[in-house]
Amino acid sequence: MPFKRFVEIGRVALINYGPEYGRIVVIVDVIDQTRALVDAPDMERSPINFKRLSLTDIKIDIKRVPKKKDLIKAMEAADVKNKWEKSSWGRKLIVKKRRAALNDFDRFKIMLAKIKRAGVVRQELAKLRKTAA
Amino acid sequence: MAPKQRTARVSRNPELIRGIGKYSRSAMYHKRGLWAIKAKHGGAFPRHDPVAKPAAPVEKPPKFYPADDVKKPLRNKHRPKPTKLRASITPGTVLILLAGRFKGKRVVFLKQLPSGLLLVTGPFKINGVPLRRVNQAYVIGTSTKVDISSVNVDKFDDKYFSKESQKKTK
Repeated sequence: MPFKRFVEIGRVALINYGPEYGRIVVIVDVIDQTRALVDAPDMERSPINFKRLSLTDIKIDIKRVPKKKDLIKAMEAADVKNKWEKSSWGRKLIVKKRRAALNDFDRFKIMLAKIKRAGVVRQELAKLRKTAA
Repeated sequence: MAPKQRTARVSRNPELIRGIGKYSRSAMYHKRGLWAIKAKHGGAFPRHDPVAKPAAPVEKPPKFYPADDVKKPLRNKHRPKPTKLRASITPGTVLILLAGRFKGKRVVFLKQLPSGLLLVTGPFKINGVPLRRVNQAYVIGTSTKVDISSVNVDKFDDKYFSKESQKKTK
């Protein structure tokens, strides 16, 4: 029941609405009740409404409004990119993106792979049924 | 004797602005060397008498003049070209057929025939689509391409697909 992910300086968040949809950013300052200043290595520091952010588990150690260099150094030290891509949330987003960018030929290959996998599963199931019976 | 190879005639008078040349009439006269040609031929520009034309055949006046002037329609010299092929469709592209007996099948594009239709094949062994003609409008071009540079499709054209005329000899 208690909250675990807090809005704090250094909290890594995902933008879930607007032109920057899908970007991973770090909260570097809180402007007021509704807005935070966010920054990422490849974008300009800008204000954003909290409603447009989804907080993640990742937190990095930075001072309030660090210089871009210091932000990048802190993100490398905490290994934010890898932690995100290995987390189950991050992996799901990557899969979603990959599925959206599929080719007709890719979808064909996936169909064949699914059929193959289902075949293997069915064989194993048949073996188990035989030993159980 | 082979005709002399003439280089394209370039003007010796560069254009400053459209309609105005750099050199005056007298400067150009000197540049073209007309004075030298005149001097070579003793003060007068050489003239050639006109070539005698063969006598034109005598045209008889017509026997019949129509009462009203009837306008003749203009000649139509329009020669149709095969339809412009979409940039996404190149020989070897995999296409998706949208209509007809084989709708939904993915086929390989071979070439565009002179009528504008696309020559397409399954290949037959793979999905049962034979060598077939298909209209570009009923096709989706995918980005998948197959290398068919070693395939010779020269012998296939629209005549190959025409119906055989039944010649019954009784």
